[in-house]
Amino acid sequence: MTIPSALDPAVAVRTALPDVLLDTVEFRGETTLVVARERIAEVATVVRDTPGLVYNFLSDISAVDYWEPYGGWGERPERFAVSYHLLSMLYKRRLRLKVYVPEDDPVVPTIIGVWPAANWLEREIHDLMGIRFDGHPDQRRLMLPDDWQGHPHRRDYPLGYETIMFSFNADEIMKHKPFAKE
Amino acid sequence: MVLQTPEKAGEVYKWEGSVEELKGLVTERAITGETMLLNMGPHHPSTHGVLRLLLELDGEEIVSCLPDVGYLHTGIEKNMEHKTYEKCVTLTDRMDYLAPMSNNLAFCLAVEKLVDLDVPERAQIIRVICMELTRLNSHLVWLGTHALDMGAMSVFLYCFREREIILEMFEMLSGQRMMSSYIRPGGVWRDIPPEFMPALEKFLDYMPGKIDDYEKLLTNNPLWIDRTQGIGIIEPDMAMAWGVSGPSLRGSGVSWDIRKAMPYSGYEQYDFNVPVGEHGDVYDRFYVRVLEMRESVKILGQALKRLTPKGPFRSDNRKFVPPPRSELGQSMEAVIHHFKLWTEGFSAPDEEVFAAIESPRGEIGCYLHGAGDNKPRRVHFKTPSFMHIAALPVMSKGHLIADLVGIIGSVDIVLGDCDR
Repeated sequence: MTIPSALDPAVAVRTALPDVLLDTVEFRGETTLVVARERIAEVATVVRDTPGLVYNFLSDISAVDYWEPYGGWGERPERFAVSYHLLSMLYKRRLRLKVYVPEDDPVVPTIIGVWPAANWLEREIHDLMGIRFDGHPDQRRLMLPDDWQGHPHRRDYPLGYETIMFSFNADEIMKHKPFAKE
Repeated sequence: MVLQTPEKAGEVYKWEGSVEELKGLVTERAITGETMLLNMGPHHPSTHGVLRLLLELDGEEIVSCLPDVGYLHTGIEKNMEHKTYEKCVTLTDRMDYLAPMSNNLAFCLAVEKLVDLDVPERAQIIRVICMELTRLNSHLVWLGTHALDMGAMSVFLYCFREREIILEMFEMLSGQRMMSSYIRPGGVWRDIPPEFMPALEKFLDYMPGKIDDYEKLLTNNPLWIDRTQGIGIIEPDMAMAWGVSGPSLRGSGVSWDIRKAMPYSGYEQYDFNVPVGEHGDVYDRFYVRVLEMRESVKILGQALKRLTPKGPFRSDNRKFVPPPRSELGQSMEAVIHHFKLWTEGFSAPDEEVFAAIESPRGEIGCYLHGAGDNKPRRVHFKTPSFMHIAALPVMSKGHLIADLVGIIGSVDIVLGDCDR
């Protein structure tokens, strides 16, 4: 069996799906394809199934919040971004797909149908960053209690701290601890 | 649905709302009461930490398994956004507390990639030694606890005896037994102390015989084979689709090791094999790890030979790496660099990188997004335990509840690693 020679992912995606690729970034030898948010599942299917790409392993999904404490998100088109890190075991290389997600409509189509591994990775982002994945079958929180308010990994969520407990302030602190509610 | 508890016998409770939530997660048979819902954990010795499993049981057979994680969520990623890059290293130790050096390395490789920092040869050799000692350390704890779960008590005691020697060597290197923070951006914290090399040589003579001893206790033990062969089979396709990595993936017959395929820290200069299983069951994952321990000893021996000529153990790029203590008394620049790096830290560009290494458990990936100043904008760790627990429902379906304990043990999860 001969292995088809490796293709440039940007060219292959542009051939298969015109007008889906918004930008291509190269940094320190890593390729990032910025794609249209609504069509991430199609792009994922293409890069998984096209001979010459075969990104068969989903390494990671991570989200980033570009909000700055004293301003907006500068040059970036939207506040949030979700990055999909794919691995091709055949060609021994990695690829990052990136979608920008607006603040007022933080929804991305799920890719759980392409890689089941996306199941918990998407739930984690939903829980901690507040980006919903449309079509995900299990939209409960993953890490935090179900009654938690807010999404801690957003930049506008304060870090918080634990007050040191002494006998004189113990009651006051215990009153405000985030115990699970009834 | 009506629930009655013994102390409130006679009173009738209405359980409101929760049935709807359970629909889709468990089968309809659980809601009618035909199958039993059983809570396992979070404080259960065989869940290796604080993992809660909600099991739906038909007799002793698992119909569905719902893992519930987050009991050890400590907001490490959030904390890192408020710390300089040097300070973040100490937090990475606390994630996977059985393999702290692997987390250090994943993070440091990401930082080095982001700021384009070179690491000297000697530092890379020391890193490889740390990685392989960590692998042995982690596999010893895994072997001991996995065997203990399956009822083989004595293996646990032998494994922890050998682990103690490794922890003593970590103490020589870093002053700490577990939370070592030894690997730093640009190299390692300090050069290896003179007593380390004889200790490692002695350990390398001692260890292969001990691995033989573990194998004598388990490999051909009929009870062990009965409990592990044919249990918890992961097909290779399924393993890759669910993001299973490391020895658990290799146990399924996929020859994928990042050390071999996409080498980092000079792993391409070492001669070692990648053991691969055949059936993808609990036994194969056990045997792959045992063989990996032997390969680690082999790599350590080669690294030890290359360690002889002295050399720099961290980068001399003073914009990123603090100067050695000895320079502070003589050089004004050294004092300035020392002060700047330990107060303000160094700046990284507003770009994103991803670095992945082969940890004892699988692929640890570090996604690092700089912010153009001295603190990261976002750090995200892809951890193998997280992916393995996510795949647990698929692995455990149709097995007996006693086998579930073996399956959890065989994919080698650490809950600190999963929850972060």
